[in-house]
Amino acid sequence: MSGLRLLAGPDLGAGPEGYADHVRRLGQPTLAGRALIEALVRSGLTGRGGASFPAGLKWRALASASNGSAVIVVNGAEGEPQSHKDRLLMVSRPHLVLDGAFLAARTLRAASVVVYVGEEHRAAYAAMERALRERQQAERRITRMAAAPHRYVAGESSAAVHLIDAGIATPTTTPPHPREQGVAAAPTLMQNVETLAHIALIARYGDAWYRSAGRRGAAGTLLVTIAGGVAKPGVLEIEAGTTIAEAVAMCGGLSEPACAVLLGGYYGNWLPAAKAWDLPLDAEALRAGGVGLGCGVIGLQPASRCGVCDTARIMRYLAEESSAQCGPCFFGLRALSDACNRVAERGTNRDDMARLKRWAVEVEGRGACKHPDGAVMFMRSALSTFADEFASHPAHWRQQPA
Amino acid sequence: MKTEAHMTIDRIKCEGHGLCAELLPELIRLDDWGYPIIAHGPISKPLAPLAQRAVAACPVLALALRRESRPR
Repeated sequence: MSGLRLLAGPDLGAGPEGYADHVRRLGQPTLAGRALIEALVRSGLTGRGGASFPAGLKWRALASASNGSAVIVVNGAEGEPQSHKDRLLMVSRPHLVLDGAFLAARTLRAASVVVYVGEEHRAAYAAMERALRERQQAERRITRMAAAPHRYVAGESSAAVHLIDAGIATPTTTPPHPREQGVAAAPTLMQNVETLAHIALIARYGDAWYRSAGRRGAAGTLLVTIAGGVAKPGVLEIEAGTTIAEAVAMCGGLSEPACAVLLGGYYGNWLPAAKAWDLPLDAEALRAGGVGLGCGVIGLQPASRCGVCDTARIMRYLAEESSAQCGPCFFGLRALSDACNRVAERGTNRDDMARLKRWAVEVEGRGACKHPDGAVMFMRSALSTFADEFASHPAHWRQQPA
Repeated sequence: MKTEAHMTIDRIKCEGHGLCAELLPELIRLDDWGYPIIAHGPISKPLAPLAQRAVAACPVLALALRRESRPR
C-alpha cells in the first residue's frame, strides 16, 4: 500500500485538520444517493464499532425505512478501555467523520444528526464540536452534540438512543431495533466514527479504490489499537488482512515474549500467541475462524503476566459495567467475577472451576443487550486459552496485584 | 406455511418470580439466581396450552409467545 488513507495528510499530532485544509486536500465527495449506497455494498465495508455489520446493507435498509424523518447517530462513545482509534480519528480528522455523517443524512433523507462522543474523551468532544462550527449552516442546523456517559455499554445502539431521548444510557429491550424505531421513534442509523470516515473516502474515490488496498483477499484499511507488551503501543492504520505478527512488527515488535493475545477488546477472545500470530486482521476472515475483530483492539499479553489474574480483573470490570437491568447479567457476571477472583486470589478449586464453566454457557443470550454475551465469550476463551493456568493456579495474588 | 410458537422473554421486565418454571418445567428451568432458562426451539402442540398458562401467570408480563410462519 502506498500509505495511509484515513490518517493520511498533516501530522497527527498537529491537532484537528480544519475544514478549509480538509477540502483543499480531499475536495468534496462526488457520490451520493443510491449510487453511494450501491458503492458501499460493493465495497464490502463493515461497521467498525464492534459488530462488523456490512455498512451498505444497513444504509439500504434505512433508505427504505426513512421517510424524511430518519436520524443519524455518529457513534464516538468508544467505551472500550484499551481502544484509542476513534478518539484519534476525531481529534485529527473530524471532517472525514462529519463528511460521512452528512452524506448519510442526505442519502437517507435524515431530519437530524446527533454526534455522540464519550464524555471522558474531552479533546475528541471539543474537536468534533469545533469542526461542526466550521460546517455550512444547513448542516449545523440539523446537528447536535451528545455526551456519552463513561460506561462500557453506553456505545450500544439502544443505550445511545435511550441517552439521546431520555438522558439514561442503559440498553432497552429490542425489538424494536433502533434502525426501525430509534431516536424520537424515527428510523435511526447508528454508525461508528471510523466507518463514517471510510464512507467519506468511498464517496470520493469509489468502491474499486477502497478494495484496491487489502491483503490476502481482504479489502480496504482499518484502524487498530495495539496494546500491551509491544515496544510502541498505539493506533495503526493497516491494510485489511495484515497479520497480527505484521501489525506487532509495525509497533516495533514485542517488548517481551507474549503468551497470548486478547483480540477484539473485552468482548473479545483470548488466543494462544502461537495460534494468533498468523491470523489476518479482517472481520470476515476472522469470523470464518470463529473469532471477531470487535473494535480492533489487539492486546499482547506478556508471558510474565498471569492470564488468570488478568482475566479476573477484566471480569470484575465487566460485572461492574452491567447496567443491572437483567438478572442473568447482573447476578451472573458478578458470580463469574467472584468465582474467577477466588481462583486468582486463593488458588484453583474444583467447585469454582465447575461453576465458571457452567455459568459461562448459561448466561449467554439472556440479556436485553449483548453485554452478558460478550463477557461470557471472553470468559470461555480465557478458560480454554489459559486452561493449564486455571487448572493449577497458585494463590499468588499478592505477587501480582491488579 | 406452518406456524410455530416460541417463548420470548423481556429480560429487563423479568424479576425472577419463577412461576413460569413451576408451570412449564418441560421448557423452562431456573438458573442459580432464579431467572428462567428457556429451551431452544418451537413449542410442541401438546405443550401449547401449558405455555399459554405460563405466559398468563407471569406477574410482570415479561413472558410472551411469538408466532412465526415457516415455509414447510
